Amino acid sequence: MREFLDQVKANKMALTGTIVLAFFVLTAIIGPFFFPFDVMEFGNVEDILQPPGPGHILGTDDMGRDVLGYLIAGSRVSLLVGALATLLCMVIGTVIGIVAGYSGKAVDNILMRITDFFLVIPWLPLMMVLAAILGTSIWNIILVIGVTSWAGTARVVRAQTLSVRERQFVERTVSIGAGSGHIMLYHILPNVFPLVFASTILVAAAAITSETTLSFLGMGDPAHASWGMMLHYAFETGATSTGAWWYFLPPGICVVAVVLAFTLMGYAFDEILNPKLKER
Amino acid sequence: MNLLEVRNLKTYFSTTKGMLKAVDDVSFHLESGQALGLVGESGCGKTTSALSIARLLPKEGRIVGGEIFLDGHDVLLDSENELRKRRWRDVSIIFQGAMNALNPVLTVGEQIAEAIVLHERLSKEEALKKSQELLDLVEIPKERYKRYPHEFSGGMKQRAMIAMALACDPKLIIGDEPTTALDVMIQAQILNLLERLRRERSMGMILITHDLSILGETCDHIAVMYAGKIVETGTVTDIFEHARHPYTDRLIRCFPNIHGKKAIPEGIEGYPPNLLDPPAGCRFHPRCEYAFDRCRVEEPLTRHVGGEHTVACHLVEETR
Repeated sequence: MREFLDQVKANKMALTGTIVLAFFVLTAIIGPFFFPFDVMEFGNVEDILQPPGPGHILGTDDMGRDVLGYLIAGSRVSLLVGALATLLCMVIGTVIGIVAGYSGKAVDNILMRITDFFLVIPWLPLMMVLAAILGTSIWNIILVIGVTSWAGTARVVRAQTLSVRERQFVERTVSIGAGSGHIMLYHILPNVFPLVFASTILVAAAAITSETTLSFLGMGDPAHASWGMMLHYAFETGATSTGAWWYFLPPGICVVAVVLAFTLMGYAFDEILNPKLKER
Repeated sequence: MNLLEVRNLKTYFSTTKGMLKAVDDVSFHLESGQALGLVGESGCGKTTSALSIARLLPKEGRIVGGEIFLDGHDVLLDSENELRKRRWRDVSIIFQGAMNALNPVLTVGEQIAEAIVLHERLSKEEALKKSQELLDLVEIPKERYKRYPHEFSGGMKQRAMIAMALACDPKLIIGDEPTTALDVMIQAQILNLLERLRRERSMGMILITHDLSILGETCDHIAVMYAGKIVETGTVTDIFEHARHPYTDRLIRCFPNIHGKKAIPEGIEGYPPNLLDPPAGCRFHPRCEYAFDRCRVEEPLTRHVGGEHTVACHLVEETR
């Protein structure tokens, strides 16, 4: 573990990604104490769409709310949705991947065909339909993102399971009288986990993009501020065409920065955990 | 009563090229507290015989005939479930190449405790405690139970595997090449350890090896296998000093003798036969210097040649 941290420190991509992400996470946690914000609390009429200036560092939006406060409150929801959806997707993908890889034969075939289905289906329309049916709440968004994006993880985990399954310690564990469940949980899972970790970070980037997309398209939860919702309102109220750049640019930049951070970390961890990819 | 009784065991593997007769009509027995050495070239069916006893064959392999009794219990009748419960309590295995038989991400103690928790009503803490005692027994400092396999040397890993094999007090231990890939000094230590533990706990042991020299000191009986069949069995003295089968004789001559005159060890010419299509008659005849017409057509029967010494060779009969 310490070795892993040292390698993270030495890797510029990983370091940049971690610092950027840590900045956003910290802001999301402590920011709202300094910039209290409520989506439902509207500002005065003369405050509507004011450019950045004293009092409002990032200006105000179409309802006279402080954009910086909005942005910070939004980061909470965006990161939370991203994290939970990723967790859900990691659990589903890992369970399906390990069970398919270890069981083999018919079970493997059935599970992998289901995975293929989720892999090739156009995810955006599926998510939109699901979100529309289930209704708009952040929990439904988490659920929708989770159940539509686990397929890649399942594939990767299955491939690794196939290789771990053939190692001799698995045979030894069978010989001491352990059942399949025991072997999958205590022997296969710890051995595939580093890979799950690396692939999950990339999924997190996709989950945050998905959340933003869904919210932007109007499937978001209006009761919670999120970056996607900000973009949605900015577009809807014409901030984009009236040149109120302080309204739509900050959430856009935040989304890009967080996604980039996750992507950098994902590739860097993959490189660290998979020595074959190391730069020579 | 015999601890282990194997009668006419036939284990075949179905391959894309046909049936591979890995073990073909093999019989041997083992009294409790005794050690049997199973020796032969690579691919002669030693490990397959052992895995058949433990019912741990890979999915391509099948026991197509014969009987195996362990302590009076018919092993071949067990269902998957019964089998799982009996495993490690009846037969435990010390695997070939300990370095791969340990899970790299779990501590050694956890892996020894695993077997105990699976079979005995003990909590994880108690099992870990017992795993420390077992490590102590194989002369590894107790406090190392918290260490991971990569922090152990090759010899220590093999000791840890032995500790694991003892975890549930099995009636029979199968050592599948337990000393291969270890240097000679460590080999001797491991063999002494096994010998001592076996005597202390009066367990039966089957030692599988391709190295005849290590059997002399550790085993009571030796069975020599060639191409899926047992060609000669007997006590250590029978085999080393009165070998009757030409194959056993050649196998012994493959090792340099430290007593007597200096001679360059001889090899055995040719290769073991393809078990998909074994030669007719005696399977050793293409490589045998004494082969005559009868050997090419008729399969030799196993005959007693005094005491517990048995040989399957036409020569024995002809020269009588």
